[in-house]
Amino acid sequence: MYRYDKFDHQIMSERIAQFRGQVQRRLSGELKEDEFRVLRLQNGLYLQIHAYMMRIAVPYGMLSAAQMRVFAHIARKYDRGYGHFTTRQNIQFNWLKLQEAPDVLADLATVEMHANQTSGNCIRNITSDELAGVAQDELIDPRPYAEILRQWSTFHPEFAYLPRKFKFSITGAAQDRAAIEINDVGLQVLKNAQGEVGFRVLVGGGLGRTPIIGTEISSFVPWQHIITYAESIVRVYNEYGRRDNLYKARIKILVKAIGIEEFRRQVEEEWQFSKDGPSTVTQAELDRVAACFSVSDYEALPSEDAAVATLQRDNKAFFNWLKRNVKPHKVSGYAAVELSLKQGGAAPGDASAEQMDAAADMADKFSFGELRVTHMQNLVLADVKQSDLIALWEAAKVHGFATPNIGLLTDIICCPGGDFCTLANARSITLAKAVDERFDNIDYLQDIGEIDLNLSGCVNACGHHHVGHIGILGVDKSGKEWYQVSIGGSKGSPAKIGKIIGRSFSFAQIPEVISRLLHVYVEQRFAAERFIDTVRRIGLDAFVEYVYATPVPEDEKLLLPDYDLIQAGTPYETPYYSPRF
Amino acid sequence: MLIKDKVIITDDWTVLRLKEGEAADSVLVPSGKVIVPLPVWNCQHETLQARPELGVWLASFERVEDLQDDVHRFPVIAVDFHKFSDGRGYTLAYRLRKQLGYHGELRAMGDILQDQLFYLKRVGFDTFTVRADKDANAALAGFEDFSQGYQASADIDSPLFRRETRGEAA
Repeated sequence: MYRYDKFDHQIMSERIAQFRGQVQRRLSGELKEDEFRVLRLQNGLYLQIHAYMMRIAVPYGMLSAAQMRVFAHIARKYDRGYGHFTTRQNIQFNWLKLQEAPDVLADLATVEMHANQTSGNCIRNITSDELAGVAQDELIDPRPYAEILRQWSTFHPEFAYLPRKFKFSITGAAQDRAAIEINDVGLQVLKNAQGEVGFRVLVGGGLGRTPIIGTEISSFVPWQHIITYAESIVRVYNEYGRRDNLYKARIKILVKAIGIEEFRRQVEEEWQFSKDGPSTVTQAELDRVAACFSVSDYEALPSEDAAVATLQRDNKAFFNWLKRNVKPHKVSGYAAVELSLKQGGAAPGDASAEQMDAAADMADKFSFGELRVTHMQNLVLADVKQSDLIALWEAAKVHGFATPNIGLLTDIICCPGGDFCTLANARSITLAKAVDERFDNIDYLQDIGEIDLNLSGCVNACGHHHVGHIGILGVDKSGKEWYQVSIGGSKGSPAKIGKIIGRSFSFAQIPEVISRLLHVYVEQRFAAERFIDTVRRIGLDAFVEYVYATPVPEDEKLLLPDYDLIQAGTPYETPYYSPRF
Repeated sequence: MLIKDKVIITDDWTVLRLKEGEAADSVLVPSGKVIVPLPVWNCQHETLQARPELGVWLASFERVEDLQDDVHRFPVIAVDFHKFSDGRGYTLAYRLRKQLGYHGELRAMGDILQDQLFYLKRVGFDTFTVRADKDANAALAGFEDFSQGYQASADIDSPLFRRETRGEAA
């Protein structure tokens, strides 16, 4: 993975010193909250319901074991012993004190990590394919380009105060695991007919209040020009994006308003000033960065391991785990293994400090000391020998990583929701827990097969509900939480926005609603058809009819006040702490 | 109070702002060194162009293209940040410097705070009027926040990977 040079280290330490000063000026009252808020957000620091939350960047999802151990250290020293991995491959700590935030950043810097621009109206952490570099369907490893763009976007002087947040995502594979169609700019690395490497560029995708699928602005931008081209897009957006209405400020609204042809024309015009100029990426710089990502330590191994084949036949649990949590690898004899962070009872994407340390140890033992965070909020060990799979499975079981549910109903994508987030209308973690309890039957889950269930606690759509095969959105109706259900969404290859099935439901009705949707699917599906394919084939009608045919009962257990996650005890038992001073 | 070259100096320019009821075509532009709003320049162009010591200021929603032919006649162009979080002024400055080749004084004024000075300087501003309720002396520290930037901008013509030999460990 990428290693900092002396300039990276210097710039990061200057950033921490700057932020430490800003925190001091806030604590002394010199900086007002309005002035400080923008600064702390660009250092990843939110003020949530209970405490300050810090979102730490995991650039394009890549982590070293040493970095993971520092997350564990932060969880223990500054937080309540756990962290939350997000859909943008980052990690969040929920219970920080403002005074300690600069110390957290300093500890992160010892392992070349940071929280720069993980929030605020600037260019955010660039996401990528969690199987980059190892996927069988990969054409070109996108990570060197992601790193080059990370550096370009870091502390870009012109783009720190954009109309709204700005997200890049990049993939180099046939199947889009990076959801490039729902990012402000989506990049697909590919080769043209002449064999030259470049990018297909999409622009104006995004979810939130107005979900829009990105549109192609260029079918091929040669790799050397990616900085100048990206800069041209962001410059046009900075100048012309709307600033009068927060909800209409994303680039997707601008592109929609003036049309892709006009937007393309403006970008091309802008690009003429900088194209072929000094910001053109050099071969030397690409080579320097790319060298960090090349792995030459693969052994020559047989494509299958005999012990794995035997256990797979004899042990159903191992069979299930192999089927769901182990992915093919481009190198013979290797596999990529997902560690599920969707353990029954825990918030989707949460990991305890002990789990983080365990994952780091497993990475050292089985996967060249590296891990990845997935947009599904799980972890990946990307370079595991087939012959290590049994030992890895045993270790994963010990640490609660072996739930064989990757891609299944309980592999829920979920935002922090009303349990933590000041923006939320409704709880989503607690709802995920309710769904998990209702469908806690691995045979049933395996039978239902691949399905994306996405939960968002508000229209900001951090849980990407629009692109869930089943998407659930928390809405506020006269101060009470309700949930709108949509089906038929899809996050990539191709992305599609789901359709709302009808009037919304209460918290305690949702598990039954999901159950009814699945009932229709099971009745209607052809042999191996996935839920989403059935929806695409038969449309919404049969689902709507069945869900609303009779009153949907509420699950009475979910109505009990002690069901609420925050009050329920572990792991949130420490007393309420107000960060507001 | 004006910051120039990281020093506080006396500002000998007056900034004209339209008051309630005043119109760009009729407002009286006082004598001396005055920075006028762009609409005043546009409306009173014919009388004002005889004055060599005249500056113009742009609001964040105005465009440098509106100045195109006149840009080089102004000894000072200012950009008014009505609030610091409106980042259009950064692109205005960049365009003035890099695309229109403006070499005169480029001033950031309005809601200008210590924490934005480093970026403002990078995109081409060279004078700054810090918001009146803030200590301009203390704000000077903002210029020293970083020793390097990754990107090319108006201040440095090439990105870090062309300026320096990358890859050496700390």
